[in-house]
Amino acid sequence: MHEVSIIANLFKILEEKAVEKNAVRITGVHLKVGILSGAVPELLQTSFDMYKKDTIASLAALHAETVPLRTECEDCGAVTTKDDFVFLCDRCGSSRLKTLSGTELLLEKIDMEVE
Amino acid sequence: MKEKEVLVLEDLLGSNNKIAAEIRAKLTGRGILPINLMSSPGSGKTSLLERLAEHLQPKYKMAVIEGDIETERDAERIRAKGVPAWQITTGGACHLDAKMVGKLFPKIPPDLNFLFIENVGNLVCPASYDLGESIRCVLLSTPEGDDKPKKYPKAFTTADCLVITKSDLVPPLPFNIERAQQEAREMNPSLQHFITSAVLDTGIDTLAAYLIDRLERIRRRHA
Repeated sequence: MHEVSIIANLFKILEEKAVEKNAVRITGVHLKVGILSGAVPELLQTSFDMYKKDTIASLAALHAETVPLRTECEDCGAVTTKDDFVFLCDRCGSSRLKTLSGTELLLEKIDMEVE
Repeated sequence: MKEKEVLVLEDLLGSNNKIAAEIRAKLTGRGILPINLMSSPGSGKTSLLERLAEHLQPKYKMAVIEGDIETERDAERIRAKGVPAWQITTGGACHLDAKMVGKLFPKIPPDLNFLFIENVGNLVCPASYDLGESIRCVLLSTPEGDDKPKKYPKAFTTADCLVITKSDLVPPLPFNIERAQQEAREMNPSLQHFITSAVLDTGIDTLAAYLIDRLERIRRRHA
């Protein structure tokens, strides 16, 4: 349940950005949550809803988009979406796979109301 | 009042990762190899460290950072082996983070060779936190079952080595070592594999040799 720690850190960033952009209110927060990020979108949602009370984002909605694991084979070039976490190329069997996405845990964008 | 969309693209673990990178650079720069041990509770992290102390101590200096929710018990076991140990009690938190490790930095002797960080027993949350380690080591004990790698993909895909512990218990168990290793290998082809028993003191010498080899590489790089 380290999602609480992640959300606590998210709010630090939200407060900073709100000051920087002169926001009156934050209305939406968009995250990209890789399937291999180690964080669970539902738990991020619960933690966010707990944490947001009495903050500048008290009315904000969290949009946590799950990002699938995508790899590119460095031998045959095949780009594949992996749902089994097997790091072997589906086309040629090579183990030389480059991860394109699926490990990220990103604050993508913030919707805010400004003066 | 107007609506505005602000593009950020910031890593939510970025502040942790930044501290971790600083820790790694400082430690390896001094010729110290930091190792993060992760596993379920009770899979034998402390017992493995006790045995590693016997194999490494004659020639090398090691120290241990112990992460637990409560108690000094693990640190006391390590100190009984003549190894400096510092306990971090997280008071409920399910993982260590780089900041907690960084706070202990002033205590780390400059002539150290190996710094082991025994994470809180948990195969889920610790996997998301870089502690500044050069080697991330996952332990899997035979009573836990050989089906664990795919259940904990973050831990097994980010590890550098997999240490199967309690191999002496295999005969009565349905644990198939080859099956566990094969599953982990598919998820992480560059994973290094070790099979150990702390009770019988088997396989610990091979693991110690691997760590010494990694230490020598760091020393050469920073010589």
